[in-house]
Amino acid sequence: MLPPVIGVIFDGFAYGMLLFLLSVGQSVTLGMMNFINLAHCSFAMIGGYVTIALMSRYGWPFFATLPCAFVVAAVVSVCFERTLFRRFYRVSDLDQVLLTIGIVFVSIAAAAYVFGTEQQPLQLPAYLRSSLTFMGIRFAVYRLILIGIALVITAALVLALDYTSFGARVRAAVDNERMARGLGIDVDRTFAVTFALGSGLAGLGGALAVEIVGLDPFFALTYLIYVLIVVSVGGLGSIAGSFAAAAVLGISDVAGKYYVPQVGAFLIYLVMISLLMWRPAGLFGRR
Amino acid sequence: MSGPVLATQGLAKSFGSLVVARDIEIELPQGVRYALIGPNGAGKTTLINLITGMLRPDDGRILLAGDDITALAPEQRVRRGLVRTYQINSLFPHLTALESVTLAVCERSRAAGTWWRQLTAYRHEVDEAYDILAALMLGPVCHRLTRELAYGQQRLLEIALALATRPKVLLLDEPAAGVPGDESKELFSAIAGLPGDITVLFIEHDMNLVFRFATRVIVMVGGSVLVEGTPAEIAADPQVRAVYLGKAAGKSLAEAHHG
Amino acid sequence: MALSESLPAPHAYFRARTRWRPIEIAFWLACLLPYVFFPDYLSLASQIAITALFALSLDLILGYAGIVSLGHAAFFGIGAYTAGLLSKYGWGEPLTGLAAASLAAGIVGYATSFVICRFRHLALIMLTLGFGLLLEELANSAGWLTGGVDGLQGITTWKLLGLFPFDLYGYAAYSYALAVLFLLFLFARLIIHSPFGLALRGIRENLVRMPAIGAPSLAHMRSIYTIAAAIAGIAGALLAQTTETVSLESLGFNRSADVLIMLILGGTGRLYGGLVGAIVYMVARDRLSGENPQYWYFWIGILLVAVVTFLPNGILGGLTKLTVRWSRL
Repeated sequence: MLPPVIGVIFDGFAYGMLLFLLSVGQSVTLGMMNFINLAHCSFAMIGGYVTIALMSRYGWPFFATLPCAFVVAAVVSVCFERTLFRRFYRVSDLDQVLLTIGIVFVSIAAAAYVFGTEQQPLQLPAYLRSSLTFMGIRFAVYRLILIGIALVITAALVLALDYTSFGARVRAAVDNERMARGLGIDVDRTFAVTFALGSGLAGLGGALAVEIVGLDPFFALTYLIYVLIVVSVGGLGSIAGSFAAAAVLGISDVAGKYYVPQVGAFLIYLVMISLLMWRPAGLFGRR
Repeated sequence: MSGPVLATQGLAKSFGSLVVARDIEIELPQGVRYALIGPNGAGKTTLINLITGMLRPDDGRILLAGDDITALAPEQRVRRGLVRTYQINSLFPHLTALESVTLAVCERSRAAGTWWRQLTAYRHEVDEAYDILAALMLGPVCHRLTRELAYGQQRLLEIALALATRPKVLLLDEPAAGVPGDESKELFSAIAGLPGDITVLFIEHDMNLVFRFATRVIVMVGGSVLVEGTPAEIAADPQVRAVYLGKAAGKSLAEAHHG
Repeated sequence: MALSESLPAPHAYFRARTRWRPIEIAFWLACLLPYVFFPDYLSLASQIAITALFALSLDLILGYAGIVSLGHAAFFGIGAYTAGLLSKYGWGEPLTGLAAASLAAGIVGYATSFVICRFRHLALIMLTLGFGLLLEELANSAGWLTGGVDGLQGITTWKLLGLFPFDLYGYAAYSYALAVLFLLFLFARLIIHSPFGLALRGIRENLVRMPAIGAPSLAHMRSIYTIAAAIAGIAGALLAQTTETVSLESLGFNRSADVLIMLILGGTGRLYGGLVGAIVYMVARDRLSGENPQYWYFWIGILLVAVVTFLPNGILGGLTKLTVRWSRL
């Protein structure tokens, strides 16, 4: 018989994987171009709403909607990047904050207008809402699948980074953007593709998040905070950092709410503050 | 004044297996103009960083006028008169030249902590700032924003900021770096015009400056001091030539000398 | 170059910066307009004045010292709860309430400044955010003290100076808020034009260079952080006293984020940026939210994007650029 803490760690790790999917794109693009995109979670929200719409209005099966969530979020983000964002890569941090917050506000209004302000109900098939019992602990199937998807994606990202030429260009651009340009690497194009991929992953995360945390128009702001926490604690431009930070934060949050519910979300903020004071550049950060 | 005004003893620093400073011992008497030269990567700027406190040494001591300052923070060393300029301008882009130097003067006179009196009441500090700028030929442009000054003027502003702190020892990190030929005249006269009681150590690659102003030259290679001497001695030294031109050149010069 | 020839110039420069420009005088006179033209909106006007004061306090640390804080509402909330609790437990005198609030917020500001001021960039933003969220959770849990989600009840504010009661019409409230705003604005103006203000701008421009001119940057930053916290506390106390309620949102993330947006909107480091930003943002919110709060999000979002696109460095920054261009015609 396993102790109940295993169940807590499992749930926490699943939540952490969700945060990882939402955050990894933001970490890499921030590390590469230092472009502060607070609208990142708006793209996540789009993924969530795509899944909702496809399932409830067109009767698509859940897993079929996931690639769509990814693609739609990626495409929408590329549109924004090509038309709007790229003009603001050199402006001050505060102006980038203002610009992307404006986009977030517009996205909240659009989501509320189209879908209303209540949380969206999601009808998953029965097998996804069931759980497996192993050695006395109940493991929800949905969370198992979530962890599986996240681990596969992590492996794919790491392999791509280390073994493809595109990955090499990404690593070079994150390490030293000016130098990479000087070597003839088309940083702008690399960034655009990375941006699309990161936003697509966020969209996927948004779709997967509906069942775990629910979806309403304010998702774009609520989860922005968690994404920023993961990115800053993990270190900019680091996949390993995002993974570690997301896992730590996910487990801390669930464990905190399980063992000391009076303190609630307290714990996640304490952990973040302590980690940042110890390592201001993040666990795997450079600067 | 007996004894050197600035001295280092056994200064050492490594980053992992990379040794950037190896047992460095230098002594600067008061009022001298010493030049610090050496190939790129020799550790010249690192030495400046160690002396000013931006880097903490692994070993060794730094003595200013006989006092051990190895443990002091950078701003405390500045207050004792140990000041540097930067190889790449480190200025205040949106402050005017006058505001920048006034700030430095106010920090020195400890007026910068007062928020209850307006700057207009500090005539003394403003006058002093203007005088420093005027002596460096920056008077006419003192109201221009730093970012709008020509590069040579910005280099002069670097020196002005350092002078505002009334240094006893001034460490100039490549003062002529990047200054176009037509603007270097002011720079040269500025360095010539530095008060005689200030001790100056300057890093330079420009041998014109070195031969014109230095009374003594220290040569650094690979993190340690290779040799020290008058400019003429250094110019003739085969070891120094080998360092700059390659071993073969040094050897053939030595043979020519003996042969 | 003889000094006497150019004696007027350097001193005149600094004196010119401290002189009141006509547009400033026009601005403050315009603040009296609500009495005459918008008497039904005086309560909104006092809210704007309070928020403007809060934004001004953020500008002192963000616009002048470069300390980006996403948790500044913590001090606003501490001030609000201090004044509220003081009143709830029997002492409703407004001016001493302000003093108590500024003291409480200032002490907490001073204590946290030892941690906060050591960090920059993303770590600083996230630390301030974390502290703010932490305080919000604490206030939520300490329901016995703060009233939790329901907020503080039973606040009654005594007559201002013993003479002017706070009534539904809002004359006293607006006059009170406006007067406090103006006095603290003068105080901020004094700081900005002092050597300390110059040091703050030096810190914002190039923190690394400051030790090299002998500046105790950390001490400077701690001072302004404490002052800004105290002023934010006063703003919070004003809110508690004029609305006679205090709720969790006074120290919530939304308030921190809103004031940051207002300040960037108006333009940082210009003293008036926070004031202008507060006016524009809150008037827009009042006009546009109406029945459907979604509409407000949409329009304010468009406004923010438009300002960044056409008026960089905020509204005041863009206006400065325009006037410079016009004056060159």
